[in-house]
Amino acid sequence: MTASEPIISVEGLTKKFGSFTAVNAISFQVMRGEIFGFLGANGAGKTTAMKILIGISRPTSGKATVAGYDIYKDTEQIKKSIGYMSQRFSLYNDLTIRENIEFFGGIYGLTTREIRDKAEALVEKLGLRDKFNRPISDLPLGWKQKLAFSVALLHDPKIIFLDEPTGGVDPVTRRMFWNMIYEAAYRGVTIFVTTHYMDEAEYCDRVSMMVDGKIEALDSPARLKEMYGVNSMNDVFLRLARNQTRAEIA
Amino acid sequence: MKTIYHLLRKEFRQIFRNRTMLPILFVMPAVQLLVLSFAATFEVRNIRLHIVDNDQSTFSRELTNKFLVSDHFTLTGVSFSGKVATDDMQRYNTDVILHIPAHFERDLVRNQQAQLLLAINAIDGAAAAVENVYATSIIQDFNENIRIRMADEVPLTSSRPKVFSVSQSFWFNPELDYKTFMVPGILVLLITMIAVFLAGMNIVREKEIGTLEQINVTPIKKHQFIIGKLLPFWLLALVELGLGLLMCWIIFGIGVAGSIWLIFLFASVYLLVVLGIGFFISNFANTQQQAMFLSWFFMVVFILMSGLFTPIESMPSWAQVITEFNPVRYFVEVMRMVMLKSAELSDILPQLTRLLVYALVMNGLAVAGYKKVA
Amino acid sequence: MKGFIIKEFFHIFRDRRSLIILFGMPIVQILLFGFAITNEIRNVNIAILDKARDASSERIVEKMLASGYFIIDSYLESENEIESIFRQGKIKAVVVFGPNLERNLGAGDTGAVQVIADATDPNTANTIASYAASVVRDYQAEINPDVALPLQIIPEVRMVYNPELKGVFMFIPGTMTIILMLVSAMMTSISIAREKETGTMEVLLVSPLKPVQVVAGKVLPYILLASINAAVILLLGYFVFKMPMQGSLIALLGTTLLFIITALSLGILISTVAHTQQMAMMISLMGLMLPTIMLSGFVFPVDSMPWPLRVLSNVIPAKWFILILKGLMLKGVSITYLWKEVLILVLMTVALIGLSVKKYAIRLA
Repeated sequence: MTASEPIISVEGLTKKFGSFTAVNAISFQVMRGEIFGFLGANGAGKTTAMKILIGISRPTSGKATVAGYDIYKDTEQIKKSIGYMSQRFSLYNDLTIRENIEFFGGIYGLTTREIRDKAEALVEKLGLRDKFNRPISDLPLGWKQKLAFSVALLHDPKIIFLDEPTGGVDPVTRRMFWNMIYEAAYRGVTIFVTTHYMDEAEYCDRVSMMVDGKIEALDSPARLKEMYGVNSMNDVFLRLARNQTRAEIA
Repeated sequence: MKTIYHLLRKEFRQIFRNRTMLPILFVMPAVQLLVLSFAATFEVRNIRLHIVDNDQSTFSRELTNKFLVSDHFTLTGVSFSGKVATDDMQRYNTDVILHIPAHFERDLVRNQQAQLLLAINAIDGAAAAVENVYATSIIQDFNENIRIRMADEVPLTSSRPKVFSVSQSFWFNPELDYKTFMVPGILVLLITMIAVFLAGMNIVREKEIGTLEQINVTPIKKHQFIIGKLLPFWLLALVELGLGLLMCWIIFGIGVAGSIWLIFLFASVYLLVVLGIGFFISNFANTQQQAMFLSWFFMVVFILMSGLFTPIESMPSWAQVITEFNPVRYFVEVMRMVMLKSAELSDILPQLTRLLVYALVMNGLAVAGYKKVA
Repeated sequence: MKGFIIKEFFHIFRDRRSLIILFGMPIVQILLFGFAITNEIRNVNIAILDKARDASSERIVEKMLASGYFIIDSYLESENEIESIFRQGKIKAVVVFGPNLERNLGAGDTGAVQVIADATDPNTANTIASYAASVVRDYQAEINPDVALPLQIIPEVRMVYNPELKGVFMFIPGTMTIILMLVSAMMTSISIAREKETGTMEVLLVSPLKPVQVVAGKVLPYILLASINAAVILLLGYFVFKMPMQGSLIALLGTTLLFIITALSLGILISTVAHTQQMAMMISLMGLMLPTIMLSGFVFPVDSMPWPLRVLSNVIPAKWFILILKGLMLKGVSITYLWKEVLILVLMTVALIGLSVKKYAIRLA
């Protein structure tokens, strides 16, 4: 593991929509190589915050750097260094596995040879060789998620952002997915994952909990459980969220 | 550049894999070209005529005969009562009533004058005007005819009348075939619809599904994205234009009198404008339905005010000013000029330069309006 | 069930952009039709090639200008210029006066006037030629005051139902029909397809609501929307364009409601075959709206089309509704005269609903 240095630095980050403050002056750091869980209830502001970090939303105020680049001035540089897997979905349903890999590899600047080699490795690892030339729509949901994750890593990004990556998937597949996350982390990729499955919080090195736009807790799962005297992250969440005022926003 | 290549490759793959798109792209326009070309006519034919002849004289029968043999009119009723005729028109069966009163021939010979009645169903005002022209010209013809025949029996006046002869010459479309006029314009219509609807909706579709967000997180630059989205449809529309021109020639016998390259040159610039508009619209729509409605709205206004169906000169001046900003107007004009009159580059230069400016402005706006960072 | 309908309403009214277009579009269209678009021939740019340059030709040109139809754009020097000015597109006709006009007239020969028209637009060309000829005829009568033409037939022309030949009367029934089609057929089919696409349709079907109730709930808000739209168009036509409403108002409202239901059943039928919104949209647009616009008699007179198209137009419900509207509003005909058209619409509706029911039954089985 590389030395602990921050790869994401956030200071007083705020995002307002009119009079509504979605993200309220949050500050935190994510260390290189760690699996960082960004938790919170729906509507707490985590997706909004993440959108700022991946460079598709401009903050109202505050500072942040991602992979050493400023989120105001160098969003394009940030995008070259990160990978992203969105909540809704990120691969093209009507294209085949091969075509999706070719596309995403190509726009991140990989050469044809690189793309070919990586595609081989990916398909081998996931055991999807027989589906290589079939459209994504043919795959069951769990496989789609795993594939999207692998594609997001194609260009060897330093950080990968995952927005609720395991929604709607059975527990076994969820487990397998997290194995993939571990593997990537082992190889030195920093993982920034949002989720509202509190049990997944246990898998992270550190987690932060957002409530009503603010970060109410930030530490490793073990220490948080100790702090609140509970046995599971779920209970930690209940303790914190008890006072939350913002109702769930669809 | 490589990025654009990848974007294009993805786009084309998606287009051709989309089973429902392909027939829409190629079959639909072909069908519409056929149907619309035959349907879109303001000629007036098969005018339903009801004749009331209360005179039953030689003259009246000759006159009614002229109507019967005319191509324009179809006899749908004969009666001896104006009331029956009016009833007929009320029930929607009649367009024109020719009512020849009793003593028509007698009045004409004895008093040198006689009246008759033409009642025209004027719900469609424009058609009624044309029907009027047809009917009165038949009557005038007949009038001239009997005048010449009776000339011997009528005493010559002292001074010879001064007579003009007016001859008519019709250039470029001597048979006055309405199709020749309409088909080039219809081609413009179809190409435009493909460009605006498909391109605009395509982008919004990505917005709706969520893949647009994914693209925004990649290093793809704004202009690369836009080129990647517009180029496929630009090419497709040009291909369609080619196919359409071929169809025009084979099916309608309407070839391109002028230079085909000129048409494609102009079309290339035109499509940039139109696609730019489609893209611009997509910036404002969040759902495909919205995109479709917005596009539909603009399309209807543009097409109505393009001079395709009704002449621009006949519009009030404020409307004519508005048409100066209508790209469709220019393409329709140029298509007709080049296809039917062999216009050259110098002739279409004013339209071309305007469209070039328009293309720059529109696409500039579209690029500016597209936000990778919200 | 009530909650379901309310949800549908919210859904529609939250989409403000679509609503603005939905209500704004017919208004803009009608205003355009009423004030800007016309088939009449006016302000035609012509050029004069005057080889005579005498009193006669000048007088005739004056009269042409005075008629209001023509704008004298330029004077040409020779025939060679004609082709290129036609090519430039602005000039639609050239009036050529033969040399020695006055002299020929005085000597008892005919004065030669030629109208060379750019016939790419045949209607304009024809009309200009006949206008020009009538101006010359006028002048001819002027200079021959003593000669009364023998055997003069004087036709009295009466324009029935629309003496001012207002074009807008054609377009109000047509626009209304198109908008009703758009809302009732297209929007409904898209809405149902959307539920199918997002998967919520199955949720609805599993709920205690019966399939009939689901469809009815989806459809009800659009009936309201369509009715409001129809009312707006009618009021606009009546107050701004003085569109007559000769017949029975009740008959008008009744048949409008009937047509809305016919269009709705079309929309439902489309939704049974479309799996995605995009498909529903494309089918509605290409397979319904465009043929309706082209073949219903809205813009182009059906009688002038070749017979296969005339036959085809009978299949289009809009055609019959437009006939009903024109009959009721412009002719003041009583509804009994229109029984044939009404019956056809009813039969179509029944057939469409029957077809949709059958398709749904097959899919659910």
